[in-house]
Amino acid sequence: MTESMLTSSVSVWIGDEGVLSLEELAVACGVEADCIQELVDMAVLSPTGTERAAWRFGAGDIRRARKLIRLMRDFETNLEAAAVILDLLEETERLRAQLRRAGLVAD
Amino acid sequence: MEFKDYYQILGVERSATDEEIKKAYRKLARKYHPDVSKVKDAEAKMQEINEAYEVLRDPEKRAAYDRLSSGYRSGQEFRPPPDWDAGFEFAYGPFARESAFSDFFNSLFGGFGRRASGFRARGEDHHAKIFIDLEDAFRGVSRTVSLQMPQIDEQGRLVTRERTLQVQIPKGIHEGQLIRLAGQGATGLGGGPAGDLYLEVRFRPHPLYRVDGRDLYLTLPVAPWEAALGATVKAPTPAGAVEVRIPAGSQSGRKLRLRGKGIPADPPGDLYLVLNVVLPPAETERARELYRTMSRELAFNPRRTMGV
Repeated sequence: MTESMLTSSVSVWIGDEGVLSLEELAVACGVEADCIQELVDMAVLSPTGTERAAWRFGAGDIRRARKLIRLMRDFETNLEAAAVILDLLEETERLRAQLRRAGLVAD
Repeated sequence: MEFKDYYQILGVERSATDEEIKKAYRKLARKYHPDVSKVKDAEAKMQEINEAYEVLRDPEKRAAYDRLSSGYRSGQEFRPPPDWDAGFEFAYGPFARESAFSDFFNSLFGGFGRRASGFRARGEDHHAKIFIDLEDAFRGVSRTVSLQMPQIDEQGRLVTRERTLQVQIPKGIHEGQLIRLAGQGATGLGGGPAGDLYLEVRFRPHPLYRVDGRDLYLTLPVAPWEAALGATVKAPTPAGAVEVRIPAGSQSGRKLRLRGKGIPADPPGDLYLVLNVVLPPAETERARELYRTMSRELAFNPRRTMGV
């Protein structure tokens, strides 16, 4: 293993507002652009912008898309089943967050 | 490099059928998948399981692995013989899945750098989590992160490199947001541009504040007379202590919102103070006497609405 010190140059902050184009999101997820298109068609992702070229995705979209693709791949499920799993996972996370907010241990 | 026994990882016999391998994989995926598992180190375990399955599910890779691996035990020092894979043809990719596999896997199946001569491609994007303190989101901070990253060396082999990056965390960032570092992902192939690195921000647990998006929650202890009579008390915030007015007649659980005192995003979040009335201990005779006086003179029955 070698070590090298690098100072990073360009960094972009990706928040809740849409930043990434469909192509950039596809690269970030390691999938084809058509796969992202399908996730939008299925309403798994909801970008800002009306037409495909103007779609912009935010941090939540990257997290959702990557999780969904990971679920499909590792459980060898189709998109519909993975989308249900994703919804349930997010619901659980939302409830956990509620417990945490109330000061209860949630893990 | 350590030899990896993929059969042992999946818990199957070397003679297992494709169906048995698939079944074993699915069972393990259910147990260790980092998205659904509570097991510690689930992520690393799942990586290993995926790697084993990637080889054993593919008849060509499995045959090559079988030929090579006879006589090796798990964890044993391993060095692949030259041209060990002569006569086999592997389909590489998707790279996104394989780059995170072990050096052992990559030395056997990950030689796309050397094989893919003349092929030009952008390096893949990498993802990692970065843990920061809540206070960092209030002032912005420069952090050094160490990452283990697979890279292709001069001989076209994949090797693991430790990289240290200086990352600027902007003020106002909150959990789940990302920092994208251009060109800090995987090296491109055949002179292609490097991929990007995405860092997902997570907060370390804070002893005082609970975080919900850009809002913060703090349990604020108050004395019974402060809650009953109203008072102005000091409350901590990540940006420094503030004076808060407790309304008269407050009970435990009452929420006071300090607008804009949450994470300084745009718009800034709020800080919620959840009041918690704390009783003074009745340890001295004087304290006990005060409680007795209240008992005598307030005629207070907290269970009155229960019909008892």
